[in-house]
Amino acid sequence: MAQLTGTVPGYSLSGVSAMLRRPFSGAPLLAWLLGVILAVSLERILGAPLALFLGLPRIPMLFGFVIALSRPLLFPSALIYVLIIYLIPVAAVLRLAGEATNRAADLLMRMPFLVTVLVHLGLLYVTLHLWSGVSAYRVLTLKLILIAVIVTTSLNLINGYQGEFSCSHPGFMALGAYGASVFTLILFVDDKIFGTALLPAWLGPFLFPLGLIAGGLVASLGALAIAIPSFRTRGDYLAIISLAFTFIIKSLVENLEVVGGPRGLGSQPDWANLPTVFIWAVLCIWTINNFVRSTMGKAVNAVRDDEEAAEAMTVNTRRTKMINFMFAAFWAGVAGGLFAHVLRYVNPSTFGIQKLAEVLAMVYLGGLNSIVGSIVGAVSLSMLSEALRPLEIFKWIIIPLLLILVMIFRPTGLIAFREFNVRNILSPRQNPQREV
Amino acid sequence: MQLLEVKEMTHFFGGLRAVHNYNLSIQPGEICGLIGPNGAGKTTIFNLITGIHRPTEGDVLLAGENLVGLFPHQIAARGLGRTFQNLQLWRHMTVLEHVKLGRYSKLGYGLLGAFLGTSKQKREEEEIAEKAMDLLRTMRVDQVADQNVLNLPYGAQRRVEMARALATDPKVLFLDEPTAGMNPEELKQMMGIIRQVHDEMGLAIFLIEHRLKMVMELCQRIQTLVFGEVIAEGPPEEIQNNPKVIEAYLGKETME
Repeated sequence: MAQLTGTVPGYSLSGVSAMLRRPFSGAPLLAWLLGVILAVSLERILGAPLALFLGLPRIPMLFGFVIALSRPLLFPSALIYVLIIYLIPVAAVLRLAGEATNRAADLLMRMPFLVTVLVHLGLLYVTLHLWSGVSAYRVLTLKLILIAVIVTTSLNLINGYQGEFSCSHPGFMALGAYGASVFTLILFVDDKIFGTALLPAWLGPFLFPLGLIAGGLVASLGALAIAIPSFRTRGDYLAIISLAFTFIIKSLVENLEVVGGPRGLGSQPDWANLPTVFIWAVLCIWTINNFVRSTMGKAVNAVRDDEEAAEAMTVNTRRTKMINFMFAAFWAGVAGGLFAHVLRYVNPSTFGIQKLAEVLAMVYLGGLNSIVGSIVGAVSLSMLSEALRPLEIFKWIIIPLLLILVMIFRPTGLIAFREFNVRNILSPRQNPQREV
Repeated sequence: MQLLEVKEMTHFFGGLRAVHNYNLSIQPGEICGLIGPNGAGKTTIFNLITGIHRPTEGDVLLAGENLVGLFPHQIAARGLGRTFQNLQLWRHMTVLEHVKLGRYSKLGYGLLGAFLGTSKQKREEEEIAEKAMDLLRTMRVDQVADQNVLNLPYGAQRRVEMARALATDPKVLFLDEPTAGMNPEELKQMMGIIRQVHDEMGLAIFLIEHRLKMVMELCQRIQTLVFGEVIAEGPPEEIQNNPKVIEAYLGKETME
């Protein structure tokens, strides 16, 4: 009996996963990017004929999930498609070009760090561009995922790094969305509400970032209004005040006829294309990562872990909390502005309790006090919610169930309290054999 | 002029008089001790001077400047560094980060520097890290600089807390029971470190301590506090033989 239950060396679960991982662990991020670029290029060339050949109605949009769930009989075809288009090319590149890409990554690391980062970001963008180029649905999904990344990372600043529970992110997003929309509509659009455009339309794309920043600043001002009464004390006050704030903003907008009231505000110009959203997401992650890794940002952690000790170490705790809160609100506002210009329509009911639940779920699933965690949480939950769409109502049973499981087994989230060290992520991987 | 001067400080918690008519003067480079039975108000005096509580009456002067009414972080930045009776470390931060944060008020890069990661900010972070490493070396915890503080043994955590307080460039260092809960070996090491800090940096030190042997050895002057009032003040030998002190404090020990 003992022999039966004992694990056979090499065949245990961890052994198998290690066996699967070993050939790929030596490949740097560069190899992964190149592999995925190959896969998505392949999809653009071969995707449609292959899908036809396999009897699929069209190219599977989200790795076959949607097709497999809505028409289970097509599951094998979808699996084969994913295998041929994605898994095999990526595995092949990792296996064959691991050595070469390691050398390339090493070479890149010797260049100025900015160049290295830009090269990788460029490749990442190419990947996303090629992947999403197949359909408008993918472009829209991708934009919304990137916006979710911004919102989640910024909320993590408050709920994770600062350790307070804030519910005001939908409110900040609403302020940003309306702020940026009003900016672009007044200046560049002939509109029923705001009259004729004040500036020529060709200036628009150049001034659009200013509009987003304006939206972010409006959100920051909103944050200041919450911060002044609620940061005198610690505890649940912020949760209550911030929740109230979200509702106040929502009903305020609903009752402001100037911005369309409950009907919402439409006809925003189409300036939030994929590169724009991508650049803003990168900027958000970059500034937040800089901040949380600086000594000034560490003060936020110190305030969370022991406020009295932070004060004794010369940290102005009140100012630190306010700045962090307003900084987070700024990015939520920018995300709101992008959101409005991606959908080209906003209405106040978008920024209610459901949005809040969504964002909170992303933060807590991904992991507190961790930027990688927030990215993972935002991407995985948005993808999941898209992929499970065919299940309709059951989607809202499966996703919360998943969250409960995560909370039971990893109470702080999937990847919590991890530093986002770009240098480590980009650097070449050492082969275990060569290390000796 | 005295470095730190406390004049006629009195404090009430509601109707309870916690501290009554307390006076203190510390000269540069002096080690002064505060002893007294449990609940005498020693930590309250620390908290009053460092600004956590605001004294009901009285003045606190650091190099002539009145500190009453300032925020604790302002007082700390003016040169009162402190440690806590029960370790108050930040549980998710590394040893090095702890000590670096002591430089907070002296950071030269602004918010934009922190957001954008400017070269000025990077340079300054490196300078701070270097200074912090020096302090960690003095405290003999430089080997574990990248560890989370909670992974360290108790004695080392105490030393991290002290390094953190020293990073604020204090003029006077307040140590609240620096050897509480330590074993004899750690105790010896801590005493060595306090002496070293005192000799090398010429710091004035004000410490609360329960182990009389240590206070007698380290301090040049000792105050004895009972029920919020100083009943005796003077050099160690004098305190040791003061009948009031023996009655209030040492008396219990000689009974054993």
